[in-house]
Amino acid sequence: MLEWIDDALVLGARPHGESGAVAELFARAHGRVAGYVHGGASRRMQPVLQQGNLVRATWKARTGDQLGHYAPVELVEPHAAVLMSDAGALAALASAVALVRAGTADRQAYPALYDALMLLVPALTEREIAPALYTRFEIGLLAAVGYGLDLTRCAVTGAAEGLAFVSPKTGRAASAAAGEPYADKLLRLPPFLTDSDAPIESGDVADAFALAGWFLERRVFDRQGVGMPDARRRLIETWGREGRL
Amino acid sequence: MIELLGKLPGLGPRSARRAALHLLKKREALLEPLAQSLADAAAHVRTCGECGSLDTADPCALCSASSRDDGLICVVAEVGDVWALERAGAFRGRYHVLGGVLSALDGVRPEDLRIAKLVERARRPGVREVILALAATVDGQATAHFVSEHLSAIGVTVSRLSQGVPVGGELELLDDGTLLAALASRRAV
Repeated sequence: MLEWIDDALVLGARPHGESGAVAELFARAHGRVAGYVHGGASRRMQPVLQQGNLVRATWKARTGDQLGHYAPVELVEPHAAVLMSDAGALAALASAVALVRAGTADRQAYPALYDALMLLVPALTEREIAPALYTRFEIGLLAAVGYGLDLTRCAVTGAAEGLAFVSPKTGRAASAAAGEPYADKLLRLPPFLTDSDAPIESGDVADAFALAGWFLERRVFDRQGVGMPDARRRLIETWGREGRL
Repeated sequence: MIELLGKLPGLGPRSARRAALHLLKKREALLEPLAQSLADAAAHVRTCGECGSLDTADPCALCSASSRDDGLICVVAEVGDVWALERAGAFRGRYHVLGGVLSALDGVRPEDLRIAKLVERARRPGVREVILALAATVDGQATAHFVSEHLSAIGVTVSRLSQGVPVGGELELLDDGTLLAALASRRAV
């Protein structure tokens, strides 16, 4: 019998059978794992299995190739209830969850990505820091699935300061001086992605979305034969309407 | 028959077998009237072109009732929600059935829902308020925000059902999420 107990983020749950549900949870040491929840569609369990909630779950299966089941599943942090009244926060949660579901392999641990989600989800209602945390999460997702960008130094001069561009081919940063002649061919690197003290100027979040989106689309989703999740496009539209880009 | 009954929501293979046996035992009292009723429903029940509910007439009885308030539109996800609100008897306006909620998990996109028709109805003269009566789930509320964004340019008042302590509910027995929502939507007395 395989068994683990861990805290996990609810990625989603869909009804199965008369009153059960198949829940997909994301745990630090176990990754994205689906399991049957007996009574998961019941009035008691539905609030627990809302997307974005942190739960403590026990997963059991007789063999590794079985679906397995979760019992018990207990609510630890009811993030969903807090986020529900905020359109921008809910859109960001949906996008982050969609990226994790589409971009990560089943039952493979991504501890750094889990830690990033644990930082991101409770902060989604904080309008000042949510865009920076969210876009850093996307850059982190690229690194977690093996396509990390090198934003530490300029690929041309080796300088660690004044980085302003990223090559769309190599994913390596370039300084403002080295990249300026090729600015129309490079992706803009907003300062807040390399310096956590840098202020976020108008257009910076849109640049960060464009940067991460370029690599997510080509290096992750195109290679898997799936498109960029619609939820991410809706997040950009929502934050655009709210003037947060 | 057992196979078909087993596909109904809430019925598994065992309960489908029991239902089939019961129908066959009560042939005249149950099976034949039920068969006739199912045939009538298949022949006559249709989706209302106005609100998306189900009725034998198009527009449906709720849309054509002159006693109802044209200035209020209550938006729900499914036809069952219209029936629940009508059971409560608390709403006397018009309904609009979206046909589901946005869901990344189930691949339901905005174009799969009747949002364009809702916007068209909300633009009509005399419409004062659109009430979003969608589930207090992440998908339900994401849909409510999406619809509200599309209605914001029209200038109509958009409201949603409040969330909190159910009638007869004791605080000690409520889940943390409901308690948080109840506190967030508290009001002065």
